[in-house]
Amino acid sequence: MLAARDLSTAYGGLIALTQATIEVERGEIVCVAGANGAGKSTLLKTIAGMERPCSGVVEFLGERIDGLAPHLVTKRGIAYVPENRRLFSRLSVDDNLRLGSYLFRGRSDRDAPREMAIRLFPRLGERLLQRAETLSGGEQQMLAISRALMTRPKLLMLDEPSQGIMPKLVDEIFDAVSEIRASGTTVLIVEQRLTECLEIADRAYVLQTGRVVMSGTAAEIRDNAGVRKAYLGL
Amino acid sequence: MTAQAVAQSLVSGLLMGLIYALVAAGLALVFGLMNVVNFAHGEFLMTAMYAAFGLFVAVSLDPLLAAPFVAAAMFIFGSVVYLGVVRFAMSASANAGMVQIFATFGLGVVMRGLAQLLFTPNYRSIPHSWLGGRTMQIAGVYLPAPQLAGACVSLATFGALWLIINRTDFGRALEATREDSGAVALVGIDRKRIFALGWGLGAALVGLAGAVLAIFFYIYPDVGASFSLIAYVTVALGGFGSVFGAFAAGILVGLVEAGSALVLPASLKYVGVYALYLLVVLVRPRGLFGSL
Ligand SMILES: Nc1ncnc2c1ncn2[C@@H]1O[C@H](COP(=O)(O)OP(=O)(O)OP(=O)(O)O)[C@@H](O)[C@H]1O
Ligand SMILES: [Mg+2]
Repeated sequence: MLAARDLSTAYGGLIALTQATIEVERGEIVCVAGANGAGKSTLLKTIAGMERPCSGVVEFLGERIDGLAPHLVTKRGIAYVPENRRLFSRLSVDDNLRLGSYLFRGRSDRDAPREMAIRLFPRLGERLLQRAETLSGGEQQMLAISRALMTRPKLLMLDEPSQGIMPKLVDEIFDAVSEIRASGTTVLIVEQRLTECLEIADRAYVLQTGRVVMSGTAAEIRDNAGVRKAYLGL
Repeated sequence: MTAQAVAQSLVSGLLMGLIYALVAAGLALVFGLMNVVNFAHGEFLMTAMYAAFGLFVAVSLDPLLAAPFVAAAMFIFGSVVYLGVVRFAMSASANAGMVQIFATFGLGVVMRGLAQLLFTPNYRSIPHSWLGGRTMQIAGVYLPAPQLAGACVSLATFGALWLIINRTDFGRALEATREDSGAVALVGIDRKRIFALGWGLGAALVGLAGAVLAIFFYIYPDVGASFSLIAYVTVALGGFGSVFGAFAAGILVGLVEAGSALVLPASLKYVGVYALYLLVVLVRPRGLFGSL
């Protein structure tokens, strides 16, 4: 469904991603792991059109999407939840959700993902009129994921959804990611909490200083001695 | 000073204040949306006044009826200014802030020059309209009909704006773009489209103000200058970029102006307004209703 080939991205002159190649098949949960500064966020930003690659190709559903403006990438069916979430913090939870379905006019296109989001995260349903900035960190993450779901994506990209969130909510969020996949949305997820992430992922890639240094099924990555040492603290 | 005179000046100040608020609304909207001050705002107003004048001369359309047409034409004009000038100024590779200032300031100079060339510097006025020259009198207080109509148009417009901003998808997109224009792409919104529509809406608002002012104000190439100065003060007072802050600030400016006229010689009638402005800048720089 998604293929990034030999993707390189630089900030000014500094290269953050070097010839990275990853693929995501329809219906998968694919995890991207790596230390701080490895280039994980850069990879997602590049796919989302927020950064331009200096070389390489991104294909989605058989069409090239590299070089497209970010709103057009969203229109093609890729929803991206960035690291810092970028909620509209002065607007209400409800307004954030409604903005998610900006592209749709029909009732069913608007109601179905909304019902799903509120089923996945009932605490959002209880806080619809609250300003987004008054939500807890975990609730903000839930809202960011929900807003992304409102765009009815074929592929959902999550950048460290567990960051700065208490453990109980992290479980809730990972459970929701599993359910989102079960409902037919493919997921590409960047995570530092590798143990939890590998539990729900099918496959994983490991990035190091901008390069893909390892890839395999979730079990292979989990059992790899190097990964266990470097990322799982085992 | 009689109670009568005070009541009269309160009422006149309120009416004029509502019109000032309408003049300033578009300026506040665009500034809030994208942090760009339109230094051609006064010339936008001037253009709208000439448009109302032109419609009167050409097809004897009363300026009140012409208002929606002027607003529609100004909507297109505002969008075109964004797409043709501001968009490029914003993407300047260095000193984008300065480039924007010069781009809109330069546009204003060009528009004034064109108006002098096409319409001559002569003062024009619309000699007879439904409301021109009429007044009502309630309990001894005179209500000039054009100002009253302008105040009503202003109230209705701010009401409509409130509905647009709070109840429509476009309004939500405006608010979202205003908060984080880089993030709206995450929900599939093209921010440049919102910017263009925002410029259109801002220009349409000043278009309504221009059509109303054309009923009772002289029309000449420099007419925008005094109004735009008041509009900048209003926007700063209201809290930069807050449309409804501009509404309250406009009324306040009108009242203070009328109040100063009561106690000061007519030639000093703006002294009170600028004193208020300086006070707010010193005491509360983000403006009365600004959130920062
Ligand atoms: N906007 C930017 N401007 C300049 N350099 C950047 C920018 N964003 C990231 N970088 C650099 O690019 C490299 C990769 O950053 P990136 O954010 O992709 O890493 P990451 O794997 O997501 O790290 P983390 O786990 O800390 O989120 C880092 O060296 C970082 O300093
Ligand atoms: Mg990151």
